[in-house]
Amino acid sequence: MNDLLEGFFEECEELLEVLGDGLDAMAAGTADDSTINAVFRAVHSIKGGAGAFGMDVLVEFSHAFENVLDEMRAGKLALTPALTALLYQAGDHLNSLVEASAAGGATTSDSHHDLIRDLKAACQSLSEAQDTALEDDPTPEDFGFMPLTIDLDGPDEAAVEDSPGTHYEIRFAPHAALYELGLEPVLMLRALHDMGEVDVEATCDRVEPLKSFSSGEADILWRIRIKTEVPRPELEQVFEFTRDLCDLDIFEIDDVSAAAEPEMTADQSTPVPKVTKQVAPGPLSTSEPMASATTQRAPGKSRKSGRDTLRVELDRVDRLVNIVGELVISEAMLRQSMSDPEMSSNSSAANAMAQLKQLSGELQESVMAIRAQPVRGLFQRMSRIIRETTRETGKEARLVTEGDATEVDKTVTERLVDPLTHMIRNAVDHGLETPDAREAAGKPRIGTVSLSAAHRSGRIQIQLRDDGAGINRAKVRETAVRKGLISASEDLSETETDNLLFMPGFSTNDSVSNLSGRGVGMDVVRSEIQALGGRVSIASKAGEGTTFTISLPLTLAVLEGMIVSVAGERLVVPTTSLRETVRVSEASVHLFGQSERVLAMRDGLIPIVDLGERLGFRASVDVQVDQSLLLIEADSGRRVALAVDQVFDQREVVIKGLEQNYQQIPGIAAATILGDGRIALIVDTDQMIPQGPAVTEQSDAGARHGDLTNA
Amino acid sequence: MTRKILAVDDSRTMRGILKKVLSGAGYAVDLAEDGEDGLDVLSRSVPDLVITDINMPKLDGFGFIDQIRRQDALRAMPVLVLTTESAAELKDRARSAGATGWIVKPFEEDKLLAAIRMVVA
Repeated sequence: MNDLLEGFFEECEELLEVLGDGLDAMAAGTADDSTINAVFRAVHSIKGGAGAFGMDVLVEFSHAFENVLDEMRAGKLALTPALTALLYQAGDHLNSLVEASAAGGATTSDSHHDLIRDLKAACQSLSEAQDTALEDDPTPEDFGFMPLTIDLDGPDEAAVEDSPGTHYEIRFAPHAALYELGLEPVLMLRALHDMGEVDVEATCDRVEPLKSFSSGEADILWRIRIKTEVPRPELEQVFEFTRDLCDLDIFEIDDVSAAAEPEMTADQSTPVPKVTKQVAPGPLSTSEPMASATTQRAPGKSRKSGRDTLRVELDRVDRLVNIVGELVISEAMLRQSMSDPEMSSNSSAANAMAQLKQLSGELQESVMAIRAQPVRGLFQRMSRIIRETTRETGKEARLVTEGDATEVDKTVTERLVDPLTHMIRNAVDHGLETPDAREAAGKPRIGTVSLSAAHRSGRIQIQLRDDGAGINRAKVRETAVRKGLISASEDLSETETDNLLFMPGFSTNDSVSNLSGRGVGMDVVRSEIQALGGRVSIASKAGEGTTFTISLPLTLAVLEGMIVSVAGERLVVPTTSLRETVRVSEASVHLFGQSERVLAMRDGLIPIVDLGERLGFRASVDVQVDQSLLLIEADSGRRVALAVDQVFDQREVVIKGLEQNYQQIPGIAAATILGDGRIALIVDTDQMIPQGPAVTEQSDAGARHGDLTNA
Repeated sequence: MTRKILAVDDSRTMRGILKKVLSGAGYAVDLAEDGEDGLDVLSRSVPDLVITDINMPKLDGFGFIDQIRRQDALRAMPVLVLTTESAAELKDRARSAGATGWIVKPFEEDKLLAAIRMVVA
């Protein structure tokens, strides 16, 4: 059952996504009937599954929610702004109930009951309006029949009697329609037989000769006498499905002899309510779904459903990703060893080689695509965060999203939830002004937070923009000085000032409100993003707002790197932070202080670090003319020039984690295997950059990069 | 002879539960996720019984049953409707759409199996 339960919560997540999309469309006024139907079905399915697992709180709530949606799709409840707000609230609550249920069990709260009450009220106002309408309708109940009351949960009359068996006589005259629907009287007789002693008698007087036979009448009357200990409702249940399809009468007889009376034939079986073609009263008769029933469909022509999917455990995919990674490496090794000069470029081996290269490339791409997921779900969660935060702060904001369909590695979307949540809270709490302040500044009262995703030059770019007041740099600076992060005399550019927000210790213990400062600072946000191989930067303009730009690799399994050699060792320098490569012979290198070398660039002096020395491959050497300098720039804007002996080519390498097999090494992010089978270490460029004067080297800096390889 | 049942529900969870319960009771089970999908399955293999949900995308349960009843080969096949509503009108509606019977969700395992035994020998 556990698998089913897990599957249920997975499905819930998808359904909640459908719900969120639908609600957004409703709010935007772009919803049509199919949207409302889809939203209804989503809530309905959650209710169904929750019922199966006995999650009563979830059932109770989704039931109330579903009723409102049902009225809406029947066109009886119009979408008002108030209703939209209620639906959103209900959607959010449903989200948290599902989360709570997944975490072990949802409990009710005041707001839970309030919300159910509000949802009921939304339907209530409607049925009141209907009641008054019905008053004009004469005798709405008169449909010319009396319903068969087969109440399965009703009071159990027979059970109170403690007789070891009760005698019943059942008169059962099936209509032809009963047979047409696939019901089989024999099965019912058999079921009765299982309940006690049965005596069956069929009256066939009324059966017409075959030539004049017409179906439709109750031709055969079965008279069944049964002595049974099962309660009457259970007996009636045998005939549950024959409703409207037969004449049925069940009565208890104290005395077996009494059963002889009254004599009855099928056509005079008046005690049985005879129900003919019956139209359900009320709204359901205006059945809209029936319209789709007329869609004709060519039999035999297989119609694929739009999204044929196969659910696979992530572990299996990851193994596949790993193996394909190995394959790509082997392919590169093979290619390298075969590139002998004597091998003709159009030999069959060379052709096969070229084909193998292409295929393994495609294979790798396809495997990576398995892990890709649109960011829609992530963005949707964020609109929930916006609503929560605005409720808590009393500010007004709307979320605009763009590029929802952009696909990102599943691990990335999962691990972006926390950092993005924090950033969104910040945007509302610190970024946006109060409605009054906004109005005074000549802006619309409702602030806009926009979230966009796009593919940019082989990476994913996610931008979070608010149209708030912008970063108050004077205040940021003052805080940084007060906390000893910078000295009062330090001269910082605007970008450097903005980047102070990311410094450890900047925001943690000075939360302006209990909202954004939930023990997480922007430094944690940054390190989370870095752990994913990403970068985050800020741009802010006073009065106009702040933009955070997150840039992430498409996949966590490979990275684009520059292959270099230092002191005879091959190393990979990730190109994400690589700005430029310069030959020492063409650069202007200056001596600075005792032994420090700096590179003079158009826009300033950049410290030179010998990569071999920094990683302990060799003792300090002076910069050689035949060396090259790799210009690295961190997100903070700080730069360093790494001196290396030789620069080879730029290529994608498969990341191999070190700490699973070895341990973390400062300055090294991971390792890879090159085409010739040699192992090369991947340099952690961020750790190569000298930090600002007040910032000490992070001793645990290697830890976060280790995460890179777990994906 | 093993009886085969086609269970149609758009909820993966419900499909999972039905599959588990039904195959546990010794039935062979086909699954489909909406009415269209169900018709597709039926065009390839005819079961002894169809159990279908009502609220489904593309082709809902009522429309699905209607389509079944239009096909000569399937006309007399028993079809049970799964519904969360026990309301009489829903049963009536299911009936007029051509359903053989109904099962109210959430169902207990033995209730479901009892209902099935009502229509499949």
